Amino acid sequence: MRAYKPKGNVQAKPYYTDRYWQAPQVAKFDVESDEVFAADLAAIKAKFEVSDAFIQVEQMTVWINPSDIYGVLELMKDELEYTQLSEMSAIDFLEQRDEFEIFYQMLSMNKRKRIRIKFSIKNGQAVDSVSNLFRCADWSEREMFDMFGIEANGHPFMKRILMPYDWQGYPLLKTYPLEGDEFAAWYEVDKIYGKEARDVIGPEIRDTARIDRYDSERFARLGHEVPFGMDPDKEENKDKAQSYQEDGGVFLIKKLDKESSVVIDDPQR
Amino acid sequence: MAQHKINYTQDGGLPVALTSIDKIANWGRSNSLWALTYGLACCGIEMMASGASRYDFDRFGTIFRASPRQADVMIVAGTLTKKHAEFIKRLYDQMTEPRWVISMGSCANTGGMFNTYATVQGADRIIPVDLYLPGCAPRPETLQYGVMLLQKKIRANKAGNAQKAKRLM
Repeated sequence: MRAYKPKGNVQAKPYYTDRYWQAPQVAKFDVESDEVFAADLAAIKAKFEVSDAFIQVEQMTVWINPSDIYGVLELMKDELEYTQLSEMSAIDFLEQRDEFEIFYQMLSMNKRKRIRIKFSIKNGQAVDSVSNLFRCADWSEREMFDMFGIEANGHPFMKRILMPYDWQGYPLLKTYPLEGDEFAAWYEVDKIYGKEARDVIGPEIRDTARIDRYDSERFARLGHEVPFGMDPDKEENKDKAQSYQEDGGVFLIKKLDKESSVVIDDPQR
Repeated sequence: MAQHKINYTQDGGLPVALTSIDKIANWGRSNSLWALTYGLACCGIEMMASGASRYDFDRFGTIFRASPRQADVMIVAGTLTKKHAEFIKRLYDQMTEPRWVISMGSCANTGGMFNTYATVQGADRIIPVDLYLPGCAPRPETLQYGVMLLQKKIRANKAGNAQKAKRLM
């Protein structure tokens, strides 16, 4: 019997498997160490439940409940001067914790500070759309839906943005293979020619190191085009190397004369 | 009255050139290869450079057209994504026959470095390709040389025989 391999994360490669090795952690600092962040956190805590908050690399991360996200961002935009949503997306932690991490990266130009709002949801759960507050969230939430399958409630146009509308699967999930599943492998053939064309067109060639032993015959050397199967290196074939024009030349077109042609060596001419 | 005089006996005869149907038809086809502007990625920049003044495609009779109905040759210049695959087929079908396809660069030939779920692994999975140009991206000289080779291929056709329609399947 074949040994069982876990298929939860098919992209994971064990580059380093020391059993005592621990991944380095970015140092976390107390929020009270920064006055501006402490005031912001107090304002958020006054209205919403905050499960965790800390400072990492001079940015504050605030963990909240999924249902509070619209209210928190509204508060931050209207009262705390965090007027820009730099980016938002999801991170796949389905294998480790069976949940997605959703993050919203906020920027205040007045305070010159960045805050990251985070919460986690279960697989299949939807988030509240914030595209009414920040127009840029419109496309970001569509991309999140396209890549992870996380829907945003209240979004005006909840459709795929990068992949075609009839695509199946969510490519940024850890369980999605980089070279595509079977649907992806046959997508264009199925769509254009139909499934019965699979046998005619054949599977994709994904082996980058593949060498076809006929390639040296099929592809001519530049400037030494010879008929199919002829070896241009052999002495008797030396004068059979063809130029791109016929021997007699073509009507109205001057034939290239290699002796009288000039090779321009200076690239800066 | 015209003041100039035509000397019909000069240069050995009348201003008439004799040729065969094959040659005149292939001459017309091969020396006015109008190409579809089809830059999909960075190879498109090299294709534009080929058309611009330094390399000057116009002197080969290759003029870029913005409509597939006016084009003879489709230069697939760049990465062909799976989302775009149906449109390259539609554009190819809109070109009138005889039509030719040049696959320009690694991405259009084999998918190139994009060994991913979203990239078509070679344009010849969708449409029949006449000429593959190597390079990432090929220089304008390569594209010009490829067009010359395509001209040579066209000149080898027999005009009397109706061209066999190229179909992938």
